[in-house]
Amino acid sequence: MFEAMVVGVSAGGLHALSGILSCLPLNYPIAILIVQHRHRDSDHFLDEYLNKLSAVRVKEAEPGEAILPAHVYIAPAGYHLLVERDKTLSLSIDPPVNFSIPSIDVLFQSAASCYKNHLIGLILTGASSDGSQGLKTIKEYGGYAIVQAPQTAEVDVMPKAAIELVDVDKIIPLEALGQFLIQDLLNSTVVNGGETDE
Amino acid sequence: MLAMKPEDMQEFEIHQLLEAIYFRYGYDFRDYSKASLERRILHRVQQSDLNSISEMVPRVMHETAFFELFLRDMSVTVTEMFRDPKVFKKLRQEVFIQLKTYSRVNIWHAGCATGEEVYSMAIMLKEEGLLERTRIYATDYNNHSLDIAKKGIYPAEKMQSYTESYLAAGGKASFADYYQAKFGSAKMAESLKEHITFANHNLMKDQAFAEMHLIVCRNVLIYFNPKLQDKVLALFKESLIARGFLLLGDKETIDFSEVKTSFETFSKKERIFRRKMYV
Repeated sequence: MFEAMVVGVSAGGLHALSGILSCLPLNYPIAILIVQHRHRDSDHFLDEYLNKLSAVRVKEAEPGEAILPAHVYIAPAGYHLLVERDKTLSLSIDPPVNFSIPSIDVLFQSAASCYKNHLIGLILTGASSDGSQGLKTIKEYGGYAIVQAPQTAEVDVMPKAAIELVDVDKIIPLEALGQFLIQDLLNSTVVNGGETDE
Repeated sequence: MLAMKPEDMQEFEIHQLLEAIYFRYGYDFRDYSKASLERRILHRVQQSDLNSISEMVPRVMHETAFFELFLRDMSVTVTEMFRDPKVFKKLRQEVFIQLKTYSRVNIWHAGCATGEEVYSMAIMLKEEGLLERTRIYATDYNNHSLDIAKKGIYPAEKMQSYTESYLAAGGKASFADYYQAKFGSAKMAESLKEHITFANHNLMKDQAFAEMHLIVCRNVLIYFNPKLQDKVLALFKESLIARGFLLLGDKETIDFSEVKTSFETFSKKERIFRRKMYV
Protein backbone atom coordinates (compact mmCIF):
# COMPACT_ATOMS: atom_id res chain seq x y z
CA MET A 1 0.00 0.00 0.00
CA PHE A 2 1.21 3.48 -0.78
CA GLU A 3 1.86 5.87 2.09
CA ALA A 4 2.89 9.04 0.36
CA MET A 5 2.95 10.84 -2.96
CA VAL A 6 5.46 13.50 -3.94
CA VAL A 7 4.51 15.98 -6.63
CA GLY A 8 6.77 18.23 -8.69
CA VAL A 9 5.29 21.09 -10.65
CA SER A 10 6.49 24.35 -12.15
CA ALA A 11 4.92 26.71 -14.70
CA GLY A 12 1.17 26.13 -14.99
CA GLY A 13 1.00 24.51 -11.58
CA LEU A 14 -1.93 26.36 -10.07
CA HIS A 15 -4.42 25.02 -12.59
CA ALA A 16 -3.04 21.48 -12.50
CA LEU A 17 -2.89 21.28 -8.71
CA SER A 18 -6.38 22.75 -8.30
CA GLY A 19 -7.80 20.10 -10.61
CA ILE A 20 -6.12 17.23 -8.83
CA LEU A 21 -6.41 18.21 -5.17
CA SER A 22 -10.08 19.15 -5.40
CA CYS A 23 -10.85 15.52 -6.39
CA LEU A 24 -9.45 13.97 -3.24
CA PRO A 25 -11.83 12.92 -0.45
CA LEU A 26 -11.48 14.11 3.14
CA ASN A 27 -10.14 10.75 4.31
CA TYR A 28 -7.65 10.23 1.49
CA PRO A 29 -5.24 7.67 2.97
CA ILE A 30 -2.08 9.01 1.36
CA ALA A 31 0.07 11.97 2.41
CA ILE A 32 0.98 14.39 -0.38
CA LEU A 33 4.10 16.54 -0.56
CA ILE A 34 4.43 19.18 -3.24
CA VAL A 35 7.24 21.27 -4.65
CA GLN A 36 5.84 24.08 -6.78
CA HIS A 37 8.54 26.29 -8.27
CA ARG A 38 7.76 29.92 -7.48
CA HIS A 39 9.33 33.21 -6.58
CA ARG A 40 11.22 33.31 -3.30
CA ASP A 41 9.09 36.11 -1.93
CA SER A 42 5.80 34.30 -2.56
CA ASP A 43 3.31 34.50 0.27
CA HIS A 44 0.74 32.01 1.50
CA PHE A 45 -1.60 32.44 -1.46
CA LEU A 46 -0.90 29.01 -2.94
CA ASP A 47 -1.51 26.87 0.14
CA GLU A 48 -4.49 28.97 1.29
CA TYR A 49 -6.10 28.90 -2.14
CA LEU A 50 -5.62 25.16 -2.58
CA ASN A 51 -6.83 24.49 0.95
CA LYS A 52 -10.08 26.33 0.25
CA LEU A 53 -10.97 24.20 -2.73
CA SER A 54 -9.83 20.85 -1.28
CA ALA A 55 -11.44 18.48 1.18
CA VAL A 56 -8.02 17.33 2.35
CA ARG A 57 -5.99 19.72 4.49
CA VAL A 58 -3.49 21.76 2.47
CA LYS A 59 -0.76 23.64 4.36
CA GLU A 60 2.75 24.97 4.13
CA ALA A 61 5.32 22.41 5.30
CA GLU A 62 6.90 23.17 8.66
CA PRO A 63 10.21 21.78 9.88
CA GLY A 64 9.91 18.83 12.25
CA GLU A 65 6.27 18.25 11.36
CA ALA A 66 5.04 14.63 11.27
CA ILE A 67 3.71 13.59 7.86
CA LEU A 68 0.06 12.52 8.04
CA PRO A 69 -2.35 10.92 5.57
CA ALA A 70 -5.06 13.16 4.08
CA HIS A 71 -2.68 16.10 4.41
CA VAL A 72 -1.01 18.05 1.63
CA TYR A 73 2.27 19.79 2.44
CA ILE A 74 3.60 22.52 0.19
CA ALA A 75 7.30 23.44 0.21
CA PRO A 76 7.70 27.01 1.44
CA ALA A 77 9.08 29.50 -1.09
CA GLY A 78 12.86 29.81 -0.81
CA TYR A 79 13.42 26.53 1.05
CA HIS A 80 14.15 22.97 0.00
CA LEU A 81 11.69 20.47 1.44
CA LEU A 82 13.03 17.10 2.55
CA VAL A 83 11.67 13.96 4.20
CA GLU A 84 13.49 12.47 7.17
CA ARG A 85 13.60 8.71 7.65
CA ASP A 86 11.27 8.98 10.64
CA LYS A 87 8.63 10.47 8.31
CA THR A 88 8.92 14.04 9.48
CA LEU A 89 9.56 17.08 7.33
CA SER A 90 12.68 19.18 7.22
CA LEU A 91 13.72 22.32 5.39
CA SER A 92 17.05 23.60 4.17
CA ILE A 93 18.57 26.64 2.52
CA ASP A 94 21.24 24.61 0.76
CA PRO A 95 22.24 25.98 -2.65
CA PRO A 96 19.65 25.70 -5.44
CA VAL A 97 19.50 22.42 -7.37
CA ASN A 98 18.65 22.71 -11.08
CA PHE A 99 18.54 26.47 -10.42
CA SER A 100 15.63 25.81 -8.09
CA ILE A 101 14.92 26.22 -4.41
CA PRO A 102 12.77 24.41 -3.54
CA SER A 103 13.97 21.69 -5.89
CA ILE A 104 11.82 18.74 -6.93
CA ASP A 105 14.83 16.41 -7.07
CA VAL A 106 15.72 17.20 -3.46
CA LEU A 107 12.21 16.32 -2.24
CA PHE A 108 11.90 13.22 -4.42
CA GLN A 109 15.29 11.77 -3.52
CA SER A 110 14.87 12.22 0.23
CA ALA A 111 11.31 10.84 0.09
CA ALA A 112 12.49 7.83 -1.92
CA SER A 113 15.00 6.71 0.69
CA CYS A 114 12.36 7.07 3.39
CA TYR A 115 9.25 5.56 1.78
CA LYS A 116 10.98 3.24 -0.68
CA ASN A 117 8.32 1.15 -2.49
CA HIS A 118 5.47 2.87 -0.67
CA LEU A 119 6.00 6.09 -2.58
CA ILE A 120 4.44 7.58 -5.68
CA GLY A 121 6.22 10.27 -7.67
CA LEU A 122 4.21 12.58 -9.92
CA ILE A 123 5.61 15.09 -12.39
CA LEU A 124 3.27 17.75 -13.72
CA THR A 125 3.49 20.74 -16.04
CA GLY A 126 6.62 22.89 -16.06
CA ALA A 127 9.43 24.53 -18.01
CA SER A 128 12.33 22.82 -16.28
CA SER A 129 13.99 19.44 -16.08
CA ASP A 130 13.99 19.47 -12.30
CA GLY A 131 12.38 16.31 -10.95
CA SER A 132 13.55 13.83 -13.59
CA GLN A 133 16.50 12.62 -11.52
CA GLY A 134 14.31 12.42 -8.46
CA LEU A 135 11.69 10.37 -10.28
CA LYS A 136 14.44 8.03 -11.40
CA THR A 137 15.56 7.60 -7.80
CA ILE A 138 11.98 6.79 -6.77
CA LYS A 139 11.93 3.99 -9.35
CA GLU A 140 15.28 2.70 -8.12
CA TYR A 141 13.81 2.36 -4.64
CA GLY A 142 10.83 0.44 -6.00
CA GLY A 143 8.36 3.31 -6.01
CA TYR A 144 5.74 4.17 -8.62
CA ALA A 145 6.28 6.88 -11.25
CA ILE A 146 3.51 8.91 -12.87
CA VAL A 147 3.84 11.75 -15.36
CA GLN A 148 1.17 14.10 -16.65
CA ALA A 149 0.61 13.49 -20.37
CA PRO A 150 2.70 16.24 -22.03
CA GLN A 151 -0.05 17.20 -24.49
CA THR A 152 -2.29 18.09 -21.51
CA ALA A 153 0.38 20.19 -19.80
CA GLU A 154 0.42 23.98 -20.00
CA VAL A 155 4.18 23.66 -20.45
CA ASP A 156 5.39 20.24 -21.57
CA VAL A 157 9.14 20.52 -20.91
CA MET A 158 9.10 18.94 -17.49
CA PRO A 159 6.83 15.96 -18.25
CA LYS A 160 8.80 15.30 -21.45
CA ALA A 161 12.15 15.42 -19.63
CA ALA A 162 10.85 12.92 -17.05
CA ILE A 163 9.50 10.53 -19.68
CA GLU A 164 12.77 10.77 -21.55
CA LEU A 165 14.90 9.83 -18.53
CA VAL A 166 12.68 7.49 -16.56
CA ASP A 167 10.88 4.25 -17.33
CA VAL A 168 7.62 5.64 -15.96
CA ASP A 169 4.71 3.45 -14.88
CA LYS A 170 1.89 5.64 -16.11
CA ILE A 171 1.39 8.68 -18.34
CA ILE A 172 -1.99 10.21 -17.58
CA PRO A 173 -3.90 13.19 -19.03
CA LEU A 174 -4.53 15.94 -16.49
CA GLU A 175 -8.30 15.49 -16.51
CA ALA A 176 -7.96 11.80 -15.62
CA LEU A 177 -5.37 12.22 -12.89
CA GLY A 178 -7.76 12.87 -10.00
CA GLN A 179 -9.81 9.82 -10.81
CA PHE A 180 -6.69 7.68 -11.11
CA LEU A 181 -5.47 8.78 -7.71
CA ILE A 182 -8.71 7.95 -5.92
CA GLN A 183 -9.69 4.80 -7.79
CA ASP A 184 -6.95 2.83 -9.50
CA LEU A 185 -4.31 3.67 -6.97
CA LEU A 186 -6.42 2.83 -3.91
CA ASN A 187 -8.06 -0.26 -5.38
CA SER A 188 -4.54 -1.59 -5.84
CA THR A 189 -5.11 -2.35 -9.49
CA VAL A 190 -1.68 -0.83 -9.69
CA VAL A 191 0.98 -3.49 -9.62
CA ASN A 192 4.33 -2.58 -8.21
CA GLY A 193 6.75 -3.32 -5.41
CA GLY A 194 4.32 -1.71 -3.02
CA GLU A 195 2.39 -4.94 -2.73
CA THR A 196 5.20 -7.22 -1.77
CA ASP A 197 6.03 -5.81 1.60
CA GLU A 198 9.48 -5.83 3.14
CA MET B 1 16.04 -12.11 3.23
CA LEU B 2 18.90 -11.53 5.66
CA ALA B 3 20.87 -9.34 3.28
CA MET B 4 20.64 -5.66 4.10
CA LYS B 5 19.01 -3.58 1.41
CA PRO B 6 21.37 -1.03 -0.14
CA GLU B 7 19.34 1.91 1.12
CA ASP B 8 19.46 0.67 4.71
CA MET B 9 23.16 0.12 4.28
CA GLN B 10 23.47 3.76 3.36
CA GLU B 11 21.85 4.80 6.61
CA PHE B 12 24.28 2.57 8.48
CA GLU B 13 27.25 3.98 6.57
CA ILE B 14 26.27 7.53 7.51
CA HIS B 15 25.96 6.48 11.12
CA GLN B 16 29.46 5.01 10.99
CA LEU B 17 30.93 8.08 9.36
CA LEU B 18 29.44 10.43 11.96
CA GLU B 19 30.66 8.24 14.80
CA ALA B 20 34.16 8.23 13.31
CA ILE B 21 34.17 12.02 13.02
CA TYR B 22 32.92 12.43 16.58
CA PHE B 23 35.56 10.00 17.88
CA ARG B 24 38.42 11.55 15.96
CA TYR B 25 37.63 15.29 16.04
CA GLY B 26 34.89 15.83 18.63
CA TYR B 27 32.52 17.34 16.08
CA ASP B 28 29.11 15.87 16.75
CA PHE B 29 26.93 15.74 13.65
CA ARG B 30 24.86 12.89 15.04
CA ASP B 31 22.04 15.25 15.99
CA TYR B 32 21.80 16.91 12.62
CA SER B 33 18.70 16.49 10.47
CA LYS B 34 19.73 13.51 8.41
CA ALA B 35 18.09 14.26 5.07
CA SER B 36 20.18 17.35 4.26
CA LEU B 37 23.26 15.74 5.76
CA GLU B 38 22.81 12.69 3.54
CA ARG B 39 22.60 14.87 0.42
CA ARG B 40 25.78 16.69 1.32
CA ILE B 41 27.64 13.50 2.13
CA LEU B 42 26.57 11.91 -1.15
CA HIS B 43 27.70 15.04 -2.94
CA ARG B 44 31.16 14.63 -1.38
CA VAL B 45 31.26 10.95 -2.40
CA GLN B 46 30.58 12.04 -5.95
CA GLN B 47 32.98 15.01 -5.94
CA SER B 48 35.85 12.95 -4.53
CA ASP B 49 35.20 10.06 -6.89
CA LEU B 50 34.49 7.56 -4.15
CA ASN B 51 32.34 4.44 -4.52
CA SER B 52 30.52 4.64 -1.22
CA ILE B 53 30.09 6.62 1.99
CA SER B 54 32.13 3.96 3.80
CA GLU B 55 35.17 4.99 1.77
CA MET B 56 34.99 8.36 3.45
CA VAL B 57 35.64 6.84 6.88
CA PRO B 58 39.37 6.08 6.52
CA ARG B 59 39.88 9.36 4.68
CA VAL B 60 38.39 11.54 7.42
CA MET B 61 40.13 9.47 10.08
CA HIS B 62 43.62 9.83 8.61
CA GLU B 63 43.58 12.95 6.45
CA THR B 64 42.94 16.22 8.23
CA ALA B 65 42.63 17.97 4.88
CA PHE B 66 39.80 15.66 3.88
CA PHE B 67 38.03 16.36 7.15
CA GLU B 68 38.37 20.10 6.49
CA LEU B 69 36.72 19.47 3.15
CA PHE B 70 33.90 17.64 4.89
CA LEU B 71 33.45 20.54 7.31
CA ARG B 72 33.19 22.92 4.40
CA ASP B 73 30.57 20.74 2.77
CA MET B 74 28.58 20.76 5.96
CA SER B 75 28.43 24.51 6.16
CA VAL B 76 27.53 25.40 2.59
CA THR B 77 24.39 27.46 2.89
CA VAL B 78 23.11 30.40 0.99
CA THR B 79 23.41 33.71 2.78
CA GLU B 80 23.14 37.29 1.66
CA MET B 81 22.93 40.84 2.97
CA PHE B 82 19.61 41.96 4.39
CA ARG B 83 18.01 38.59 3.63
CA ASP B 84 14.27 39.14 4.19
CA PRO B 85 14.47 42.96 4.41
CA LYS B 86 11.21 43.15 6.35
CA VAL B 87 12.84 41.35 9.25
CA PHE B 88 15.66 43.87 9.36
CA LYS B 89 13.17 46.70 9.15
CA LYS B 90 11.29 45.30 12.12
CA LEU B 91 14.49 45.02 14.14
CA ARG B 92 15.37 48.55 13.30
CA GLN B 93 11.96 49.98 14.06
CA GLU B 94 11.01 48.03 17.16
CA VAL B 95 13.95 46.20 18.70
CA PHE B 96 16.60 48.91 18.38
CA ILE B 97 14.44 51.32 20.41
CA GLN B 98 14.73 48.88 23.28
CA LEU B 99 18.46 48.42 22.77
CA LYS B 100 18.96 52.17 22.98
CA THR B 101 18.08 52.05 26.68
CA TYR B 102 21.34 50.24 27.41
CA SER B 103 24.72 51.97 27.64
CA ARG B 104 26.51 48.96 26.18
CA VAL B 105 24.98 46.39 23.85
CA ASN B 106 26.13 42.86 23.02
CA ILE B 107 24.81 41.12 19.92
CA TRP B 108 25.58 37.53 19.00
CA HIS B 109 25.26 36.20 15.47
CA ALA B 110 25.37 32.45 16.06
CA GLY B 111 26.20 30.55 12.87
CA CYS B 112 27.24 33.67 10.97
CA ALA B 113 28.61 31.71 7.98
CA THR B 114 30.37 34.10 5.59
CA GLY B 115 29.23 37.18 7.49
CA GLU B 116 26.80 38.97 5.16
CA GLU B 117 24.12 39.33 7.83
CA VAL B 118 26.65 40.54 10.36
CA TYR B 119 27.65 43.46 8.18
CA SER B 120 24.00 44.16 7.45
CA MET B 121 23.39 44.43 11.19
CA ALA B 122 26.42 46.68 11.69
CA ILE B 123 25.20 49.05 8.97
CA MET B 124 21.78 49.36 10.55
CA LEU B 125 23.24 49.90 14.01
CA LYS B 126 25.44 52.63 12.62
CA GLU B 127 22.53 54.42 11.01
CA GLU B 128 20.57 54.25 14.25
CA GLY B 129 23.46 55.62 16.30
CA LEU B 130 23.94 52.33 18.14
CA LEU B 131 27.11 50.93 16.64
CA GLU B 132 29.54 52.88 18.84
CA ARG B 133 28.20 51.26 22.00
CA THR B 134 27.78 47.80 20.48
CA ARG B 135 30.00 44.75 20.32
CA ILE B 136 28.89 42.16 17.75
CA TYR B 137 30.09 38.62 18.31
CA ALA B 138 29.91 36.68 15.06
CA THR B 139 30.57 32.98 15.46
CA ASP B 140 30.64 29.87 13.35
CA TYR B 141 32.25 26.45 13.75
CA ASN B 142 33.66 26.64 10.27
CA ASN B 143 37.01 28.42 9.96
CA HIS B 144 36.81 28.65 6.20
CA SER B 145 33.55 30.61 6.43
CA LEU B 146 34.92 32.72 9.27
CA ASP B 147 37.95 33.71 7.18
CA ILE B 148 35.67 35.02 4.46
CA ALA B 149 33.54 36.80 7.04
CA LYS B 150 36.60 38.44 8.64
CA LYS B 151 37.88 39.71 5.31
CA GLY B 152 34.46 41.08 4.47
CA ILE B 153 35.11 40.91 0.75
CA TYR B 154 32.18 39.96 -1.47
CA PRO B 155 31.59 39.81 -5.22
CA ALA B 156 30.86 43.30 -6.54
CA GLU B 157 28.13 42.03 -8.84
CA LYS B 158 25.99 41.22 -5.81
CA MET B 159 25.98 44.80 -4.58
CA GLN B 160 23.16 45.81 -6.88
CA SER B 161 20.67 43.40 -5.33
CA TYR B 162 22.05 44.07 -1.84
CA THR B 163 21.39 47.76 -2.42
CA GLU B 164 17.75 47.01 -3.16
CA SER B 165 17.45 44.91 -0.02
CA TYR B 166 19.24 47.59 2.01
CA LEU B 167 16.66 50.14 0.92
CA ALA B 168 13.78 47.74 1.55
CA ALA B 169 15.18 47.22 5.04
CA GLY B 170 14.87 50.94 5.71
CA GLY B 171 18.40 51.99 4.79
CA LYS B 172 18.81 55.73 5.34
CA ALA B 173 22.03 56.57 3.52
CA SER B 174 23.71 55.21 0.41
CA PHE B 175 24.69 51.55 0.56
CA ALA B 176 27.81 52.33 -1.48
CA ASP B 177 29.16 54.30 1.50
CA TYR B 178 29.77 51.06 3.35
CA TYR B 179 32.09 49.30 0.95
CA GLN B 180 34.96 49.95 -1.40
CA ALA B 181 34.68 48.41 -4.84
CA LYS B 182 37.89 47.24 -6.47
CA PHE B 183 38.73 44.66 -9.15
CA GLY B 184 35.29 43.12 -9.16
CA SER B 185 34.99 42.82 -5.42
CA ALA B 186 33.52 44.91 -2.64
CA LYS B 187 35.34 45.29 0.66
CA MET B 188 33.26 46.21 3.69
CA ALA B 189 34.30 49.35 5.60
CA GLU B 190 36.74 49.15 8.52
CA SER B 191 34.44 51.36 10.58
CA LEU B 192 31.97 48.46 10.61
CA LYS B 193 34.56 45.77 11.29
CA GLU B 194 35.93 47.53 14.37
CA HIS B 195 32.81 46.59 16.23
CA ILE B 196 32.71 42.96 15.20
CA THR B 197 34.55 40.10 16.87
CA PHE B 198 34.69 37.00 14.68
CA ALA B 199 35.36 33.80 16.59
CA ASN B 200 35.08 30.06 16.30
CA HIS B 201 32.22 28.74 18.38
CA ASN B 202 30.55 25.38 17.97
CA LEU B 203 26.88 25.33 18.94
CA MET B 204 27.07 21.56 19.20
CA LYS B 205 29.48 21.66 22.14
CA ASP B 206 30.66 25.12 23.25
CA GLN B 207 29.32 27.18 26.16
CA ALA B 208 27.92 30.66 26.68
CA PHE B 209 30.61 33.35 26.63
CA ALA B 210 28.95 36.71 27.30
CA GLU B 211 25.64 38.31 28.26
CA MET B 212 23.71 39.20 25.15
CA HIS B 213 21.01 41.76 24.47
CA LEU B 214 20.17 40.26 21.09
CA ILE B 215 20.94 36.88 19.58
CA VAL B 216 20.53 36.31 15.86
CA CYS B 217 20.47 32.71 14.69
CA ARG B 218 18.70 32.31 11.38
CA ASN B 219 18.29 29.11 9.42
CA VAL B 220 20.63 27.16 11.64
CA LEU B 221 18.10 25.28 13.77
CA ILE B 222 16.40 23.83 10.68
CA TYR B 223 19.50 21.68 10.24
CA PHE B 224 19.28 20.23 13.76
CA ASN B 225 17.07 17.51 15.20
CA PRO B 226 14.73 18.47 18.08
CA LYS B 227 17.21 17.32 20.72
CA LEU B 228 20.01 19.55 19.46
CA GLN B 229 17.57 22.41 18.88
CA ASP B 230 16.58 22.21 22.55
CA LYS B 231 20.18 22.23 23.61
CA VAL B 232 21.03 25.27 21.51
CA LEU B 233 17.92 27.17 22.56
CA ALA B 234 18.80 26.50 26.20
CA LEU B 235 22.23 27.99 25.50
CA PHE B 236 20.59 31.08 23.99
CA LYS B 237 18.28 31.40 26.98
CA GLU B 238 21.26 31.24 29.31
CA SER B 239 23.17 33.81 27.25
CA LEU B 240 20.39 36.39 27.04
CA ILE B 241 19.81 39.09 29.63
CA ALA B 242 16.29 39.33 31.05
CA ARG B 243 14.19 41.01 28.32
CA GLY B 244 16.84 40.19 25.71
CA PHE B 245 15.80 39.37 22.14
CA LEU B 246 16.15 36.27 20.01
CA LEU B 247 15.77 36.39 16.22
CA LEU B 248 15.32 33.08 14.38
CA GLY B 249 14.88 32.17 10.71
CA ASP B 250 11.66 32.61 8.80
CA LYS B 251 10.43 29.07 9.39
CA GLU B 252 11.93 28.50 12.81
CA THR B 253 10.17 28.64 16.15
CA ILE B 254 10.63 27.97 19.86
CA ASP B 255 7.06 26.69 20.14
CA PHE B 256 8.00 23.03 20.45
CA SER B 257 11.07 23.46 22.63
CA GLU B 258 11.67 23.20 26.35
CA VAL B 259 12.54 26.89 26.67
CA LYS B 260 9.20 27.97 25.29
CA THR B 261 7.87 29.17 28.65
CA SER B 262 10.92 31.38 29.17
CA PHE B 263 10.14 33.47 26.12
CA GLU B 264 7.31 35.60 24.85
CA THR B 265 6.63 36.18 21.18
CA PHE B 266 7.64 39.71 20.30
CA SER B 267 6.82 39.50 16.61
CA LYS B 268 5.36 36.30 15.24
CA LYS B 269 5.81 37.00 11.56
CA GLU B 270 9.43 38.09 11.84
CA ARG B 271 10.22 35.34 14.36
CA ILE B 272 11.44 37.64 17.11
CA PHE B 273 11.16 36.28 20.65
CA ARG B 274 11.90 37.99 23.95
CA ARG B 275 13.27 36.52 27.13
CA LYS B 276 10.86 36.85 30.04
CA MET B 277 11.90 38.56 33.25
CA TYR B 278 12.03 35.85 35.88
CA VAL B 279 11.81 32.49 34.11
